[in-house]
Amino acid sequence: MRNYESTFSKLLLVLFSLACMAFFALPLLWLLTAPFTPMTTLSVEIPDNPTLDNFRTVFKNEFAIRALFRNNLIIAGGAMLSVATVATLASYGLSRTRVVGRDILVYVLMLFSSVVGGTAAMVPLFLLAYHLQLIDTHVGVILVMTGGLLPAAIFMMRDFVDSIPRSYEEAALVCGAGPFRIFRDIAFPLVRPGVAVVAIWAFVNAWGAFLIPVVMLRSPENMPASVALYSFYSEAGTPVHTLVSAYAFLYGLPVLVLYLLVNWRFGFRFFGGIKS
Amino acid sequence: MAKIQLENITKKFGELTAVNDVSLEVSDGEFVALLGPSGCGKTTTLRLIAGLEVPNEGRILIGDKEVTKLPPRDRDIAMVFQDYALYPHMTLLDNIGYPLKVRGVAKPDITARVTEVATELQIGDLLERRPGQVSGGQQQRASVARALVHQAQVFLFDEPLSNLDAKLRLEARAFLKHLQQEVGVTAVYVTHDQAEAMALADRIAVMNYGRVMQLGHPLDVYRRPANTFVAAFIGSPPMNLLPCEVDIHAGKILFEGDRVLDIASYRERWGGVLKNGRDITLGVRPENIAISSTEVPGSIPSRVYVIQPLGGEWLVVTQVGGELVSVRLFQDEAPELSENVWLKFDLDRTFLYDKNGDLLQ
Repeated sequence: MRNYESTFSKLLLVLFSLACMAFFALPLLWLLTAPFTPMTTLSVEIPDNPTLDNFRTVFKNEFAIRALFRNNLIIAGGAMLSVATVATLASYGLSRTRVVGRDILVYVLMLFSSVVGGTAAMVPLFLLAYHLQLIDTHVGVILVMTGGLLPAAIFMMRDFVDSIPRSYEEAALVCGAGPFRIFRDIAFPLVRPGVAVVAIWAFVNAWGAFLIPVVMLRSPENMPASVALYSFYSEAGTPVHTLVSAYAFLYGLPVLVLYLLVNWRFGFRFFGGIKS
Repeated sequence: MAKIQLENITKKFGELTAVNDVSLEVSDGEFVALLGPSGCGKTTTLRLIAGLEVPNEGRILIGDKEVTKLPPRDRDIAMVFQDYALYPHMTLLDNIGYPLKVRGVAKPDITARVTEVATELQIGDLLERRPGQVSGGQQQRASVARALVHQAQVFLFDEPLSNLDAKLRLEARAFLKHLQQEVGVTAVYVTHDQAEAMALADRIAVMNYGRVMQLGHPLDVYRRPANTFVAAFIGSPPMNLLPCEVDIHAGKILFEGDRVLDIASYRERWGGVLKNGRDITLGVRPENIAISSTEVPGSIPSRVYVIQPLGGEWLVVTQVGGELVSVRLFQDEAPELSENVWLKFDLDRTFLYDKNGDLLQ
């Protein structure tokens, strides 16, 4: 009797999990099949005669292609470089010096991150950028993105740096190395996996950003792909499924490639801000 | 080569005083071990010499140069760390050659010098491997090689053998002693293992609570502990310490349970220094006690508690009143002991300590 019950509840659990999986997997499946289908609807169907025509049409849209392969690379690449550089140096400093109230500082920073990156700060950020003449420049977008991502990045990196035993640096000190040399020869190579994780995380965040670029940028030729996606809408304002899916497919590829690259090189473990 | 002088060094971490007014001089070419329980300040003292910490008070001199506030690189020292601190992303060649690379030595010269040192330490064929690809003993040798590769004036060892297993540790100890005698370098060696300190050092500084409790030749420290801390710390088993009262006029030592030891012939030795006969501690090493099944003159009665065979010797633990007294017997056959035995102390090697635990002499 008990056996039946447990089998039944297991069955229910499996069915429920399958339903959940389907709910999340279907849109992704659609993204894989739709771009290769001549006439796409919103249902997932394996195309009878797959075609690359949709991609040909997308590549003819200069505005969208420039957005994806130039503007997005500039914004995401810039944000990645600045976040990774500043977060590495800052977390190293935070980890290796005795600052009073250091932990509180880090947590307050975390709190601010949600404000700076969030909608609530858009007006002051816009005004600040306006006075600095950074409106409609990629530098302005990169700076705002960096400001929003940095606190969480520092938080993640600090855990990495904390896990590196100090005796490595002390050994280098005794060997006669100065602070800059120790950072370059010893500390940086040791935290490199952490830098890679934070860099990719920043890249993915900036790659998908919509709100900040759309507020900070004016001219169409500076817009990133998240905004350019709207150029595949009909004049009536409805999406053209074939082209939107093809463009979205291209838009998602770099993130996927980066993920696989880092996974292959370092392995994606969870290096969170959790003290073990 | 150079001597090291510590003058009244004090180091505090917040409220905690890790090193308390320590003065120590290590002569040119001398090997001094800092020995003590964990938290006694020995590692902090070493780090102060290395320049990884700066003292709150006092002066440090290496050679004739004051280095109290200088960074490590201006002190011309080499250090071997407890966890070896070999850089995991570099090969052994790069690890051992790092001090030379930092000093701007040309690459071919580095390779030549590293190969020479590594071959001497029998890790010459492992230079292309990374630290994770060699054994613990080989890592230890690599970290010693990194210290040897540039001829520093002073060698510092921070418990370099404590991560090795027992057999390797003995091998490495012999190897370090040989090395030190060959190179003849000034060295300070931190350890909590008394056997290691005794075996390696020219002099031992026993530390506790941030102070040097005794400084001297290993055998002096062993045979004539300056206080009850050293007596109880050095030796395995340590010195027997028995609370007693001394009646110097009657020439008697009184132990708990009305046991009386006649010391009439030693009245002169102790009479001059003994102010008050109460709260005295008598110290005697287990090998300086004779044991017999019948009463002999100048002995005190006790009961056998346990007999432990240790191979070439026997450890007999007896009870004198409430105190346990260890006796080492060097004989092949099992000792034939009745339940009640008499202990006779070798009074030439018996010491009295006052109520502060300091030697009366």
